[in-house]
Amino acid sequence: MELALTDEQRMIQASAERFLTQVASSSAVRTAMSSERGYDTQTWRQIAKELYWPALAIPEAYGGLGLGFVEVCLLQEQLGRCLLPTPFFATCCLATPALLLSSNESLKERWLPLIAAGEISASVAYTSAPRWDDSGVQVYAQSHEGGYRLNGEYRYVIDGADCDLLIIAARTPGSIGEAGIRLFALPADTPGLLRQPQATLDQTRRLATITLNNVAVNDEHLLSEPGQGWPMLRDVLHIACIGLAGEQTGGAQQSLDITLKYIGEREQFGRRIASFQAIKHRCADLMLAIECSRSASYYAACIADQCLNIDGDPSTRQQLGEAAATAKIFASEGFFQCAAESIQLHGGVGFTWEYDPHLYFKRARASEQMLGTPAFHREQLAKQIFGERT
Amino acid sequence: MNIGFSAADEQFRQQVAQWMQKHLTGEFAVLRFRGGPGDEDFAPELRKRWEQVLAQGKWVGAGWAIEQGGRGLSINQQVIFFEEYARAGGPGRMGHIGEGLVGPTIAAFGTPEQQQRFLPPILSGQDFWCQGYSEPGAGSDLANIKTRANFDEAGEQWLISGQKVWTSLAHESDWCFVLARTEPGSVGHRGLSFLLVKMDQPGIRVQPIQQLTGTCEFNEVFFDQARTSAHNMIGQPGDGWKIAMALLGFERGVSTLGQQMQFQNELDEVVRIAKTNGAAQDPVMRQRIAQAWSGLRVLRYNSLRMLSGVQDGSLRPEATIYKLAWSTWHVELGKLAMDVLGPEAELLAGAPYELTRLQALFLFTRADTLYGGSNEIQRNIIAERALGMPREPR
Repeated sequence: MELALTDEQRMIQASAERFLTQVASSSAVRTAMSSERGYDTQTWRQIAKELYWPALAIPEAYGGLGLGFVEVCLLQEQLGRCLLPTPFFATCCLATPALLLSSNESLKERWLPLIAAGEISASVAYTSAPRWDDSGVQVYAQSHEGGYRLNGEYRYVIDGADCDLLIIAARTPGSIGEAGIRLFALPADTPGLLRQPQATLDQTRRLATITLNNVAVNDEHLLSEPGQGWPMLRDVLHIACIGLAGEQTGGAQQSLDITLKYIGEREQFGRRIASFQAIKHRCADLMLAIECSRSASYYAACIADQCLNIDGDPSTRQQLGEAAATAKIFASEGFFQCAAESIQLHGGVGFTWEYDPHLYFKRARASEQMLGTPAFHREQLAKQIFGERT
Repeated sequence: MNIGFSAADEQFRQQVAQWMQKHLTGEFAVLRFRGGPGDEDFAPELRKRWEQVLAQGKWVGAGWAIEQGGRGLSINQQVIFFEEYARAGGPGRMGHIGEGLVGPTIAAFGTPEQQQRFLPPILSGQDFWCQGYSEPGAGSDLANIKTRANFDEAGEQWLISGQKVWTSLAHESDWCFVLARTEPGSVGHRGLSFLLVKMDQPGIRVQPIQQLTGTCEFNEVFFDQARTSAHNMIGQPGDGWKIAMALLGFERGVSTLGQQMQFQNELDEVVRIAKTNGAAQDPVMRQRIAQAWSGLRVLRYNSLRMLSGVQDGSLRPEATIYKLAWSTWHVELGKLAMDVLGPEAELLAGAPYELTRLQALFLFTRADTLYGGSNEIQRNIIAERALGMPREPR
């Protein structure tokens, strides 16, 4: 038991921080978020093809570096600090785990090396409802001439308009709940698949609406084993929650850091406002929230790592749901608290477009909702605590 | 990062669990889950004998170095010991202040003679200790200590006069460590010294303080020319503040994991009641219970991180959040327990003022955010030491 970063992990963290300090200034982030694609393709190219970040958690057999999800979460934390828009989260915390958990070798061999090489980005589309559970799966897979026809619409697909590979959840007509769900992996330019980018409140992360009109797929596209679609999707969403929690921790930390810098310089009544106890105590509460968020996300990252590892410890894997929920609750509420307090403690300038606190505030709000609100995850935990499901 | 325990550690866990199962029986069975904070006045004599049973099993000072008479357990094994102890319902430790606070302090700052004199009776469960820090005028402002110690050249001893307060288990203790002003006219943290004082003597009077729980776990201790030998000062005259602060540093250690197991026991009871009285169907209660449940896990993860960072015994800035984190969590659990009980929470276990376990929890948690540095002081510490914000005037 050692819940501390190894020297190698510390190195990855430090080099990511150095790189992002250079490429992800506030003005670079603002330029990227207002650009057509929503991110800077040159920077993404560097991340994907020179720094090999998407390759980190992919096994060497598929062209990756064979490290783990803890490393992915450390990068997420650094990306969260600067809010740099990239397809990293969708590709590495949603789509890659889905591929890694699949037993369809030919799909893994087709797509994982392309992700590892930085050639493609990817995402997962699975909800049409304001909920983040099985009830959101509302695309239907109708059997048709030995394959399937997919019909329906998904909303809120993260970086869905621009990615190259889409993993799509669909259910058998007439099925409800956890039954009848299948996951398909298909090229984003598959005929009948329409992608509509949406303008978003948080401009640093793009969402898309995806419409499927009689999209022809077959078993070659099928990622999930029969009857295993929901358990697989559920695990993917839990792992993505953990990656998101890492990012939220970074956003919370940076919200506090920029605030500490500002209040350490701003003077009123002839003294730095950081010297007022009313302000110090609020900052102490923010640090408490951040460290809780970080502890929960590190612990959960270790569990996700075991789940993605073929030789992972089975008893540890069983903790995935509770660890993901705990991380998502604490990271969401911690980030929102820090970002909201950042605006308040900046005073009037915190309300301007020019200063950065609003960027964090908007990201905090978007991330709190994404993959399930804290209230949703608490209800999931309550079911477990009261033994209402296994 | 690695969250699993090794096979050897898991084997050690079995060993501790079996030992507890074998020994926490017979006359000691009544001690199970008793004697914790809020219940410290329960069966003190029996709990002292339990400490001696623990000592015979070599579990007192299990984390101390072997050359100090301890067991030299790794951090992981200490974590496991405290977890299994609490899981088995091991009673609140009468010897905690000796084993966890003054023992490590004497080991770090005492002379070889002092170590020889004081450590073995702690390890054998013979000597019990209490803490003489706070005074009526020195609470959050601990350096404002007025208790004086004057040196009596002829008798080669210190004569101590003054008053200490909030002293847990003073009436059950053999020794007290006293922070006293040995340099007349000094102010603040200068001129203080750290003295070990025998409790059973004419110059010391202990008076219980009745708390809002109705029970008396804390005391006032009055010193009127109380005596202690010149050999019983740890460090030099004037070193008191440095040593007192180092002692508080020993307080945040692996025992925190055991404390959390106790919290888990309390939460389990709240969940059990919620299932039987229908609170488990209330969406608001479900949210609050899940929040408490996940919050307790986060306390554990915080502790594991904190302990993983410890190489040389020094804690990193992140460790400053620990007291604020657990006390805030525990206060909320107390409130939650009452809300889950609903109107039943009003009914006492008996007249005149016998509290149920959860009523005691609810009331006692109001002390958690005060003792050992109030939450306001904790926030100052976090802001100044961890975040580097400007210091309060002192």
